[in-house]
Amino acid sequence: MQEVNTENEKFVPNIVAFCCNWCSYAGADLAGSSRLSYPANVKIVRVPCSCRVNPTFVLKAFQRGADGVILCGCHPGDCHYVTGNYYTRRRMALLFSFLDYLGIEKERTRVEWVSAAEGAKFSAVMNDFVRQVTALGENKRISDLRVKEE
Amino acid sequence: MNALENAMIEKARDLLEKGVVKRVVGWERGEFAYDPSPATFESAQSLESFVYNDFCGANLSKYLIKVSKNEGKTAVFLKPCDTYSLNQLIKEHRVDREKIYAIGIECQQKLDHFAIEKIGIDGIREEKYDGDEAVFHCVDGEKRAKKEDVVLLRCLTCKSKKFAIAEDTVVLHEMTESCGDRFEEVRKLSGMTADERFAFWQNELSRCIRCNACRNVCPACTCIKCVFDNPKSGVAAKANDVPFEEQLFHIIRAFHVSGRCTDCGECSRVCPERIPLHLLNRKFILDINENYGEYQAGEESEGKTPLTSYQVTDVEPGDAVRKGEDR
Repeated sequence: MQEVNTENEKFVPNIVAFCCNWCSYAGADLAGSSRLSYPANVKIVRVPCSCRVNPTFVLKAFQRGADGVILCGCHPGDCHYVTGNYYTRRRMALLFSFLDYLGIEKERTRVEWVSAAEGAKFSAVMNDFVRQVTALGENKRISDLRVKEE
Repeated sequence: MNALENAMIEKARDLLEKGVVKRVVGWERGEFAYDPSPATFESAQSLESFVYNDFCGANLSKYLIKVSKNEGKTAVFLKPCDTYSLNQLIKEHRVDREKIYAIGIECQQKLDHFAIEKIGIDGIREEKYDGDEAVFHCVDGEKRAKKEDVVLLRCLTCKSKKFAIAEDTVVLHEMTESCGDRFEEVRKLSGMTADERFAFWQNELSRCIRCNACRNVCPACTCIKCVFDNPKSGVAAKANDVPFEEQLFHIIRAFHVSGRCTDCGECSRVCPERIPLHLLNRKFILDINENYGEYQAGEESEGKTPLTSYQVTDVEPGDAVRKGEDR
């Protein structure tokens, strides 16, 4: 957990990771059983497929205090439901580009393809993403002030 | 314009009397010259209050969802850009093609009464176009204004003067297409830094009073039960308690219509706070055009939309966001 080290030492970001059941969630499992660490502040939400993630899920995560949201799914072409992640790719490309257009830091959002065999990649991606969001600091632009702790 | 109005009334009367249609959707004279409102006419007598002038900016397509559920055919007057909305509604099975009689009508740019008010013209009794100028006969005499200062924003960058769908047309004069770049503003915003963009949108969106006018008028917003009316959705707040509320509302709405928005500009036209909502939709349109090929919603009445189709070689989300930065 001490892998996160930037100037912003006190700040521990809240990260929500949507992981598809068939690839990325298994990838996270593999990371665990291979004793590869990833930051504990990554909260994984298991979804049947990355295309289950409605854009409002991402917004809701930000509203409820997430500082970064990452979506993980099977590699394009490997979707358990054949084409699900192709739709995710278009949807999230548009959503993230739009959030960026509204001035919400683009470093807070990411899509990564992680297969069930890529435990090492899962751990590396999460470490990298947490580092990136930690450097950015608290999410103030797209969060609901009412859910913040005093 | 009077000749055009008469031609339209004739057409409507003819259709009603012959029994081709049961009703006609058009505009009704308002209290003032500048507030005609959409209305349904069911008899030849009722056509007395029918009006068509340069203030008839309203897109009548959306009214068809409800009106065309009634028995018999419905005729509707549509300006060229409105025909795209109707086509999109047919594509989404919101309107039954068989029950519509679409009449394409001439449009020489429509006026924005907010813009007119802003440059200090009020008490308008009558109005007509004279070349590049609009001439207003007001209570205190004649006033002139440059057309580009008083027309609706969407009319500065005409989508097309073609009718995407029309059984019949009433066009007396040639229509001039204003051909500005409709993505100019979007590109300008994309060129700013994230901080500047955030400040810009914060300034615009914080004026939102959640009146829901943009949603109510939008021809792409046709859900029978809207997420913003469902208390269980968690986004149905009717007041903006925190800045997040209005952001959330506009992000969800813009995403919901992405790939289906025909860029009719009704949202910006009706916004009482003058928020440039069309810039949100155009961002999606620009992204779709650049990443997935040129697409104009409502051009066809069947086929797939960009978000219900895919290509194996589509751009990765991270690259798409970076591309937006470089623009």
